[in-house]
Amino acid sequence: MIPVLLLMTIGLIIGYVLRNKIKFILISNKATTLIIYMLLFLLGIGVGLNKTIVSNMTNIGLQAILITFGAVLGSLIFAYITYKLFFIQKNEK
Amino acid sequence: MFILGVVLGLYKFLPDFLIENDFSKYSLYALMFFVGIGIGADNNALSVIRKTKIKIILVPLCVVIGSLLGAAAISFLISEISIAEAMAIGAGFGYYSLSSIFITEISGETLGVIALLSNISREIITLLVTPFFVKYFGKLAGIASGGATSMDTCLPIISESTGKEWAIIAVFSGVVLTIIVPFLVPFILTFI
Repeated sequence: MIPVLLLMTIGLIIGYVLRNKIKFILISNKATTLIIYMLLFLLGIGVGLNKTIVSNMTNIGLQAILITFGAVLGSLIFAYITYKLFFIQKNEK
Repeated sequence: MFILGVVLGLYKFLPDFLIENDFSKYSLYALMFFVGIGIGADNNALSVIRKTKIKIILVPLCVVIGSLLGAAAISFLISEISIAEAMAIGAGFGYYSLSSIFITEISGETLGVIALLSNISREIITLLVTPFFVKYFGKLAGIASGGATSMDTCLPIISESTGKEWAIIAVFSGVVLTIIVPFLVPFILTFI
């Protein structure tokens, strides 16, 4: 993962230096979207070719939903605590 | 695009070079480069923090802690998934495209698909159930449930069910979470 973080840091610096070059930033954003679509397409191909995944789709879907349930519920509980502790007085004043 | 890929893969309706070569690694490198440029060039990223009070930081922070702990707790129910893997999936915060691509590269396609489905369903759940969440979990509930999607796709429903004055907090929280996804997901999978 080191090359990834390195490349991202280089990108961060370039982006910061060239932040006023609007055309360059627009092209960069377009490229981001394009590559994300392409990678999702490649992931799709990999999944379609992968027999283990295809035959276990129900199980995989169930696991995905369970994790979402946990992540959302956890966030909601912490958000509720934060809201009660820090945000509710602000609105009453 | 993902579904198109699945269908093509299933029926092997593909040129051989696409199957045999691993393009995704280099595409990921290019992607990270461009994501970096996008964040570096974003003037809003820093000015939002300066304009608003420190307290606002608590919102994305509690989404991070809540998502990671919640996902970790669920991992005890699923024997196939380790704590770190569940936390990495939870750390997508609904940003399904980027997080699932990372997880695929590091932990393989099966986990990548779980991450994709899990984070897509987080967005869908938020779009459908936010009014109910807000009723029982307070005004931050929609923002928390939406995670990274609070800044775009889920913003309308959050603003509608919570009030317009909360929209700026929603955007802030969404921006912060979107920025930390590409750092947090590989970090969890590499070091935990």
